[in-house]
Amino acid sequence: MEIKKLNSFRGYFYLFILLIPVIIVGCQSNESEKRYTPKSVADYSKIKVFGEEHATLTAPPNVPPPVGNRPAKKLFVEMEIIEKEGEMADGVTYMYWTFGGSVPGSFIRTRVGDVVEFTISNHPDNKLPHNIDLHAVTGQGGGAEASFVAPGQQKVFSFKVINPGLFVYHCATAPVGMHIANGMYGLILVEPEGGLPPVDREFYVMQGDFYTEGKFGQQGLQPFSMQKAIDENPDYVLFNGKVNGLSGDNSITAKVGENIRIFFGNGGPNLVSSFHVIGEIFDKVYLEGGEQFNHNVQTTLVPAGGSAIVEFVADVPSNLVIVDHSIFRAFNKGALGILSVSGEENKEIFAGAIMEGIYQPEGSVIQNMPKSELEIEAPANLTKEEQLIAGKNLYMQACFACHQPNGEGIPNAFPPLAKSDYLNADVDRSIGILLHGLSGELVVNGKTYNSIMPAQQMNDSEIANVLTYVYNSWGNSGKVVTPQMVKAQR
Amino acid sequence: MKNWVLIGALALIHFSTFGQENAMKKIDGGSYLPLYGNSNEEVNVSAFYIDPLPVTHEAYLEFVKEYPEWQKSKVKGLFADKRYLEVWENDLSYPSVLKNSPVIQVSWFAAKAYCACQGKRLPTVDEWEYIAMANEVKEDARGDSLYNLAILRSYETPKTYLLQVGSKPSNVYGVYDLHGLVWEWTLDFNSIIITGESRNNGNTDQGLFCASGALGANDLMNYAAFMRYAMRSSLKARYSMTNLGFRCAKDIKQ
Repeated sequence: MEIKKLNSFRGYFYLFILLIPVIIVGCQSNESEKRYTPKSVADYSKIKVFGEEHATLTAPPNVPPPVGNRPAKKLFVEMEIIEKEGEMADGVTYMYWTFGGSVPGSFIRTRVGDVVEFTISNHPDNKLPHNIDLHAVTGQGGGAEASFVAPGQQKVFSFKVINPGLFVYHCATAPVGMHIANGMYGLILVEPEGGLPPVDREFYVMQGDFYTEGKFGQQGLQPFSMQKAIDENPDYVLFNGKVNGLSGDNSITAKVGENIRIFFGNGGPNLVSSFHVIGEIFDKVYLEGGEQFNHNVQTTLVPAGGSAIVEFVADVPSNLVIVDHSIFRAFNKGALGILSVSGEENKEIFAGAIMEGIYQPEGSVIQNMPKSELEIEAPANLTKEEQLIAGKNLYMQACFACHQPNGEGIPNAFPPLAKSDYLNADVDRSIGILLHGLSGELVVNGKTYNSIMPAQQMNDSEIANVLTYVYNSWGNSGKVVTPQMVKAQR
Repeated sequence: MKNWVLIGALALIHFSTFGQENAMKKIDGGSYLPLYGNSNEEVNVSAFYIDPLPVTHEAYLEFVKEYPEWQKSKVKGLFADKRYLEVWENDLSYPSVLKNSPVIQVSWFAAKAYCACQGKRLPTVDEWEYIAMANEVKEDARGDSLYNLAILRSYETPKTYLLQVGSKPSNVYGVYDLHGLVWEWTLDFNSIIITGESRNNGNTDQGLFCASGALGANDLMNYAAFMRYAMRSSLKARYSMTNLGFRCAKDIKQ
């Protein structure tokens, strides 16, 4: 009896033991159905590395070569922090703090699963300690604490990139805002396995807002203004760190039909960017630099300390204008770049102007300022040198978008001002054009143009200054225009 | 023989401290509100003497002549890193333009030894910050925005270590060049830690980060101070930095 009881107890006991795994497995499967395990944890963090490689770093607007099909590796990245004076606009300089000597800092290109060994060096001539917080890093401060480095020292730290995407990095040393405002930011790309789909052209563009003691265009070395930074009231909003960071000599180029990808980041410190390319539609946008994408986007919002990857095919030849569509930033604070696309016209897609004429309905003069306001300012008698400086500033604000920085104009659209026979022939006519505008056919240096120039809302001395600048530049006749001459033509 | 040398050295030290002490400025104690700490808890600073000028290359040369263990080639790696006196041409010569410029590329150990050899010590952070609040006319000029701006500017200006000491007006205590030339070592430079991760308000050092949280539009001085604290906390005692010099302080014997 006793034995039988024992046996039956044993039976239950064995049954129970047999059931244990079933119970546990049951629990687990229930659990995993409920819990979402991100790929970064489940897969990417476990990727094995094969071999070593030294990362190629590039200054904007260039991007290092794609990772392609390579396996995850141990990737050595070496970056030097340099505090140096650089040009912010014509005649305006600024004390930039940089990662790798450029604003934005060097572009870092990695592949998911890479183990990055990051060496950060602070140049001995620098005055301040710095560090780096990479948004691609999972860990204390994004590496900020591990990378905190005094001038003349270097630090090495290491991390594994486990989330694919386009990430901002920046300096995070107190006062953080000031370090970022002085240009200490850049992008690190973590490509997915197998790399991003190949394209024909890749560019690196980053926006930043800058806070200077002087107003936009004020000459000389401009110190950082903490007050304006706290008020979030920048005088400059720039692509790639300076007014001509992405235009003039720094314009980027592509050919018709090419697939273009822009890695766009916003360093801030304060402003959020309404990133837009005038004359294009983004065929594809990787939202916020992540995995999701959207198609057929006009303007994409890029937060401070955030990014986006935009892709499009340039279908027709044109100068695509890259802007922050918070538009006063583009035309008054410098957030303007040019992507010059050359190649065959495609009239199917863009036929150009088919007909044009003057449309002047009744009361169209409402666009003009009341005359009395223009007369308030007494004509100042400036020296020729002062006129040239003031005139150049005005030119870079009001004229250069069409007539181009060196007065070369744009073929078939906007006539040149450089060595212009039309300009040099008649001063009063030139004054009249600024005052009243001009439309219809005209011949400049043997080429026919037919477009419209609007009347300029400038006062007498402003028109005198800008014309004096134009007449004394680019091989023109060297005439001096006075406010009195302008007044006579009103 | 050895004893004679020692006595001789002691006599020399005594002589030189006597000379220097006359030149040192006496700072009456007081209290001030530092960047760190509770916003209404003032820190007391007892009276002390302070060198009116940063130590120059010329003065430092005398020191290394007398104490060869602090010469460029003889210094121990434990006490100074490889950049120690890097601009010097050799153990006993520096570029002549630097004669009256603040000595730079000296470690904390070296600065401490220099002061100790004259019967002095390095100033504490509180002492340093206390006298650094002053401008030419006021003991606490932190409310003066122009004064603060000038400090911030100088922090952004490169190569100010080439300037000569004492060429700008002194502050109200008769002390020169606390701002505008080089950072300066303090005795307890690493007692306040702004961590490399400087944004976790209230997590590591409650007081300091609360102060950072309380930064308002008018606290430009705090920004300048932040840069100093950040710089100090990035240092280690053997670092010899190109923009870092020192001056000495001394207790007032009761």
